[in-house]
Amino acid sequence: MPVITYRDALNQAMREEMQRDPTVFLMGEEVGVYQGAYKVSRGLLEEFGPQRVVDTPIAELGFAGVGVGAAMVGMRPVIEFMTWNFALLAIDQVVNSAAKMFYMSGGQVPVPIVFRGPGGAALQLAAQHSQAFESWYAHIPGLKVVAPATPYDAKGLLKSAIRDDNPVVFLEGEMLYNMKGEVPEEEYIVPLGAADVKRPGQDVTLVCHSKTVTVALKAAERLATEHGLEAEVVDLRTLRPLDIPTLRESLHRTNRCVVVEEGWPFCGIGAQVVDDLQREAFDDLDAPILRVTQADVPMPYNKHLERAAKPTPDQVIAAVRRVAYLD
Amino acid sequence: MTAAPEQDQTLDPGQRDEYLALLRRMILVRRFEERAGEAYAQGRIGGFCHLYIGQEAVATGSLAVLRADDYVFAAYREHAHALLRGTSARAVMAELFGKATGCSRGKGGSMHLFDAANHFLGGHGIVGSHIPIAAGAGFAIKSRGTDQVAVCYFGEAAVNIGAFHETLNMAALWELPTVFVCENNRYGMGTALERAAAVYDVSRRACSYDMASETVDGMNVLAVRDVMARAVQRGRDEKLPTLIEARTYRYMGHSMADPIHGHYRTKIELEEQKALDPIAHLQHAMTAAGMLAEADAAALHADVEVEVEDAVRFAEESPDPDPAELYADVYRS
Repeated sequence: MPVITYRDALNQAMREEMQRDPTVFLMGEEVGVYQGAYKVSRGLLEEFGPQRVVDTPIAELGFAGVGVGAAMVGMRPVIEFMTWNFALLAIDQVVNSAAKMFYMSGGQVPVPIVFRGPGGAALQLAAQHSQAFESWYAHIPGLKVVAPATPYDAKGLLKSAIRDDNPVVFLEGEMLYNMKGEVPEEEYIVPLGAADVKRPGQDVTLVCHSKTVTVALKAAERLATEHGLEAEVVDLRTLRPLDIPTLRESLHRTNRCVVVEEGWPFCGIGAQVVDDLQREAFDDLDAPILRVTQADVPMPYNKHLERAAKPTPDQVIAAVRRVAYLD
Repeated sequence: MTAAPEQDQTLDPGQRDEYLALLRRMILVRRFEERAGEAYAQGRIGGFCHLYIGQEAVATGSLAVLRADDYVFAAYREHAHALLRGTSARAVMAELFGKATGCSRGKGGSMHLFDAANHFLGGHGIVGSHIPIAAGAGFAIKSRGTDQVAVCYFGEAAVNIGAFHETLNMAALWELPTVFVCENNRYGMGTALERAAAVYDVSRRACSYDMASETVDGMNVLAVRDVMARAVQRGRDEKLPTLIEARTYRYMGHSMADPIHGHYRTKIELEEQKALDPIAHLQHAMTAAGMLAEADAAALHADVEVEVEDAVRFAEESPDPDPAELYADVYRS
């Protein structure tokens, strides 16, 4: 099976969907001539031309709205935000327009659109460029929210997102773009709303998504070799709708759970997971569910402070030892 | 700031039927809004309810030149636009009443009227948010290579919001067949445009984007129609956008919850503006030209009365949405 980067997996997904469906187009800053700020759209302008790979002015609110309008009349836009930090300028269109249109029109006007781009922290980009907004969008009924962790999932989920008839917020990661993984040559999709067990285990469930899948997997390896604990790593992949049945099934076997996420703790994705599981799986729990998150501060620039703010395998291991009553 | 009343156009006897149709539509909008105001006062319409009384010539004249396959987007003062686009008075009134038979099945209300079959795509409640959305329809039209146009209606207060400028720039840059119709009724809620804008000649805003623009007397339905016809032609033939500023006036408060006059405008100003009434303007011109007998006018009003009363009765008698509707249409499966 070919091994390609997460970046190229996303590129393949868009290329294939644009070949498959003439209503799909890509719009955003630097997506065309420049080949993408992170080169995710490399080669697409040459293949599909400027009416389908559209360079925009720096006007996030405006071009997000153009995408919503095009979707309302039957197109399938993919709107690229250079990062999700800049997408805050466009959040009115995502929340007030895209997420509401189908409902408030009484089911007449669907908005099949994908908003995508990198989210979360990279390296030393400081407070305004290092934010994970998953929980903001997952809060909104009418939106689907996806955050893939591997090249395979990135391609399969983006293809599903483009084909979906609802607005999908698709959060990638700058630090993931160079990650390599196996991606089959043949056509496949990954359905939205399905979590994936990335590593089986019976002692504790680690719930994670996007970049924290890597954190959880590293922690799981060390838990096995250094602490004699087999962790099951469950990658949420889609944050709305949340795949609670898969989590319940895992927890039924492990009885212990730690949620790892890149966002801030307050009202985070982990808070939602804990809420669901204390209701759905109360009798399976042998310990309170713990969370590992980014520190509850704006991201500092200094690299030592930044490292201290991000969730780490050490923090995950410490949390697992506590839910296992080893500490 | 007040638009100079334009010279009365000489009425063309060959267009009598069209004048009559425009007059009837304006009367329908006026009477519909009056009855909506009454129903609101009686508590049968909830939430915010923004009436169009005084502005009838703008939507009536401009929508008259569109084709059924064009796309129309409006803000939250849009009962008229839905009616004039072809949604029945019954379906609009029922929506205001929140009933299952409403054009948005009781889920949208006064601010979110939708009728996809008529290409009437809202009903948008955030000032300026639908301006880029309309340009998106223009983008889709351009992609498909058809000769449709997208039309966006918004108030003058929206021209100070970023979305307006971002959109005009992109529409001009990308040559999107979109007509932006600014309904300048002079007040964003209670703030006069002169108090909110450094440049309050709205059509001049188009200069920054090298976009065609025209200012028109928004109390004159025929003038609006003619300006709109030029803009739509520009969209169809040249694939270019236009900004139209229609200078008009609302007789009611910003919404039914707001005072009609008071701190922000005087009763005297209101009465002066009412003297320029768009319906009276056309009716008098037609009468003076011998195109409208007194009996014809009376019949027109009576006919509209029947239609609006029927709509109110229909709305009253219609059922509320089924409770299961609460969770319907959050997502399309």
